[in-house]
Amino acid sequence: MSQSDFIKKYKRNKRFIKVMQFLILLSFIVIWQILSSTNVINSFIYSSPYNVFITIKNLAISKELFTHIFTTLSEIFISFVLGISLGLFIAILFYECPTLAKIFDPYLTVLNSLPKVALGPIIIIIFGANTKSIIIMALLINLIVSIISIYSGLKETDKVRLKMFDTFKATKWQKLKMLVLPSAYNSIIASLKLNISLTLIGVITGEFLVSKSGIGYLIIYGTQVFNLDLVISGIIILLVISYILYKGVILLEKILIKTY
Amino acid sequence: MNNLIEVENIKKNYHTLNGEIEALKDVSLEVKEGSFVSIVGTSGCGKSTLLNIIAGLEDKTSGQIKFKKDIKIGYMLQEDALLPWLTVLDNALLGLKITKEEDTEYVKYLLKTYGLEKFMDKYPKELSGGMKQRVALIRTLATKPDLLLLDEPFSALDYQSRLKVSNDVYNIIKKEKKTAIMITHDIAEAISLSEEVFLLSKSPAILKKHYDIIMKERSTPIKNRSLPEFSYYYDMIWRDIDEPI
Repeated sequence: MSQSDFIKKYKRNKRFIKVMQFLILLSFIVIWQILSSTNVINSFIYSSPYNVFITIKNLAISKELFTHIFTTLSEIFISFVLGISLGLFIAILFYECPTLAKIFDPYLTVLNSLPKVALGPIIIIIFGANTKSIIIMALLINLIVSIISIYSGLKETDKVRLKMFDTFKATKWQKLKMLVLPSAYNSIIASLKLNISLTLIGVITGEFLVSKSGIGYLIIYGTQVFNLDLVISGIIILLVISYILYKGVILLEKILIKTY
Repeated sequence: MNNLIEVENIKKNYHTLNGEIEALKDVSLEVKEGSFVSIVGTSGCGKSTLLNIIAGLEDKTSGQIKFKKDIKIGYMLQEDALLPWLTVLDNALLGLKITKEEDTEYVKYLLKTYGLEKFMDKYPKELSGGMKQRVALIRTLATKPDLLLLDEPFSALDYQSRLKVSNDVYNIIKKEKKTAIMITHDIAEAISLSEEVFLLSKSPAILKKHYDIIMKERSTPIKNRSLPEFSYYYDMIWRDIDEPI
């Protein structure tokens, strides 16, 4: 097999995968539509691609769609940025004071394993039925993991390099700024990917609990008025948002990550 | 005081949960200004501890260290410890950056003198092991130390580059007229580079023996290895290592 044959084969295989991926999606939509049009499934419960299309179109015409998307996206953005920056801050604090890290270790472990949704009702009582509660909910879910992953990144700093800094009598701040943070840079960037998925879970959970707007609200409202077209439209919009955000973070990672 | 540094009756104990561990029992040594000396001993005998104490990186339990004047100490580690995200120039400047005495011209001069001019803007991964070690030495030399402490500086290199790099490093240290204390477990390396060798006993260490390495036709470390005195000292130190105290 020549090199050009190899490349051809490789490309053909890649194209085949893409085509199959698209065909699965297409047949899912087509079968779903046929089943509901022929009344094999109850379109009142299972909706149908056509109904979803109409629902989303109407939401778009009334501009409501964009309000909901905007609400959810801004909640995601705030929680994501807060989660990463607070996580970085606390991880640095733990790195600089190992005793502090040891004191909080069991609390982090317990909080990490607790299903944070359980705290939802308390959060609403304390912070009220508003956006603040949604962001707190998302933070509870993404912060602990951010702290743990960034902290372990900081701890991986090369011991010989740390000693080298000591031989020049470097201050703690110099070591942090010139060695520890640059060393952990890639692992901090990698933690963004984990953080975005968790933030999405947090925000949607929060919206389920309290919101007056947002994609989570759309889904819950649809359930309450038994408008399953709305529920499934909401899920599909959410699917698209998550996919775009995830791809966005991967792209960001590709741009930001450094190879030495 | 004729010596640059005098180490007197240094004792070092470590505290662990399983009790106190004696690392250095009683070590004294003197180093003349401008000389190159080595401290040898089996691994785990406390050589590194001694070097760390001289450098001020670790506290001693008792004893004292006298310096001729207020001297500056430079330290060269086993590994080059270069930062992969910095260029060769920035790596060489790092020590001065930390001590806030940035002198780019001087560092450029050192890099130029020691054959690294073309690599200034390259990153460490593009350099050979020996070149990296040279950059590490320049990083330390840039701070203009009076005394250089070398902690097994060649042990991370393969045998071939080890000979060459130790030759290079020796020449640089001599050209810059620095006093150097090197610790190593490689007796041949110690003899070929140094004017004096101190032998430490097994842990807890005491100074077991001291040798003035006298070679009539002393030249570079690699050439020293083929001088008749070389094998004489080599055999002697080997014999003394196993000798009970």
